Amino acid sequence: MYQGIRISGFGGQGIISAGILLAQAGMIENKHVSWFPAYGAEMRGGTANCSVVVSSDEVASPIVARPDTVIVMNEPSLAKFEPMLKPGGLLIINSSLVNSKPQRSDIRVAYVACNKIAEEIGTTKIANMVALGAFMGLTGALGVEAISKALPKVFKRAKPELLELNVQALKKGAETKIS
Amino acid sequence: MAEKILMKGNEALAEGAVRAGCRFFAGYPITPQNEVPEYMSWRMPEVGGSFIQAESEVAAINMLYGASATGIRTMTSSSSPGISLKQEGISYCAGADLPIFFANVVRGGPGLGNIAAGQGDYFQSTRGGGHGDYYTIVMAPNCVEEMGNFPRRCYELAEKYRVPAMVLADAILGQMMEPVEFDFEPVDPKTLKAHDWALGIAAGRERRIVRSYDLREGKLELLNLERMERYRKIQEKEALHENRQTDDAKLVVAAYGTSSRIAAGAVKMARDKGMKVGLFRPITLWPFPTKALATIAEHVKNFLVVEMSMGQFVEDVRLAVCGTARVDLYARPAGVPSADEVFTEIEKVYQGIR
Repeated sequence: MYQGIRISGFGGQGIISAGILLAQAGMIENKHVSWFPAYGAEMRGGTANCSVVVSSDEVASPIVARPDTVIVMNEPSLAKFEPMLKPGGLLIINSSLVNSKPQRSDIRVAYVACNKIAEEIGTTKIANMVALGAFMGLTGALGVEAISKALPKVFKRAKPELLELNVQALKKGAETKIS
Repeated sequence: MAEKILMKGNEALAEGAVRAGCRFFAGYPITPQNEVPEYMSWRMPEVGGSFIQAESEVAAINMLYGASATGIRTMTSSSSPGISLKQEGISYCAGADLPIFFANVVRGGPGLGNIAAGQGDYFQSTRGGGHGDYYTIVMAPNCVEEMGNFPRRCYELAEKYRVPAMVLADAILGQMMEPVEFDFEPVDPKTLKAHDWALGIAAGRERRIVRSYDLREGKLELLNLERMERYRKIQEKEALHENRQTDDAKLVVAAYGTSSRIAAGAVKMARDKGMKVGLFRPITLWPFPTKALATIAEHVKNFLVVEMSMGQFVEDVRLAVCGTARVDLYARPAGVPSADEVFTEIEKVYQGIR
């Protein structure tokens, strides 16, 4: 089992923490994991992205150059990361903020209205969790239980009520189907 | 056993040093190692140590000279251009036989280069680095767990032989997160043996002097000869390496640090295709595991060196095999190869083997 994931969006959308959460969940499931951020001149409102590997084997490179899954949370991320995706790979698009359509026909695409769903649950802050839920539902790479256990480890100072909203967002996202 | 924690390489490095008993850190910011001083800025006061953000790299390394002269465990960290600035002070520490510990989280070079990973500081690290005739113990982790566990070994070796010791990492190892399990209990500095050379309150004992110069006729050479003997012992006893599937190999890939973990992925791909390929990975770069590599070269006649530099590490590989094997080079100066790319190089070299 090997999943190389790239998550990208605006700084402030929880891109970095969503990646850490995936790695933490993979660790809970006794997988080999790595997380690697873009660490240049990133800032709030600019673009942020990170690589996550979850694997049954040792991780060679933590930089995911040919991802199995790409999660794009904003418009500029689509153009940047769609070309990197492996043929047959999964592209999860936050359709609340991304209007463009992907160019490739050799990939699987899932549209998830992450912001809209998150807002319905209670706060747009958890749009990243809706996307992660979609990833889990569509790939089966990690269980909701592992992510739920990982949540308090990553968000150490979050109130239990907010963590509960995160779990709801994950579950809602997991209902996503391929378009 | 302690629970595994997901940690960033730079933080594991800092925490590893604290657990190993480091109680003085001085540094100056530079990407991609900023998490080290950031971590130390709150962790040092927590354990009763001192954190200083110095006014420059030169100031930081000279603060280490002073702190280390009192016998405590000290640390500084930087990235390539900053380590260059520190070289004068490191040379002084080597000359004064001070067991300082420092880390270089290497970025692309030369010059200001970039902030991505590179391995271009191999020569600087393994050949002394500053002026004069000296060596530094160099440990090369290839995962976050080793980032956390190597500082302790660096302190122990540095103090045993009274030489500076360093961790040579890179931007990937510093920035990435991985599970970490520390392989040692935190060291209480109060339980460490006092050094018979350390400065402090001199009442009731002979005075001690820590310095890196000696103007008396012929004395410096005697001092250097004595230090040379310590270096010889280090080379004889302290080299560390890791072999993977080298016994039946027709081709052995040699790589260190980040390159070695990527090469390990490529070696696995080759084995899956039935190719007899192994991996040699030095864990200490100085002392270089020359004997271990020479032993492999007794039965393996083809080596492929993978390094994120133009061909620095390859020189030590060639010196070790000493003309008894063919050594090819896959150089990616300030580029990070993928396992697929390394595998393609392995295939090319492997097909040429008779």
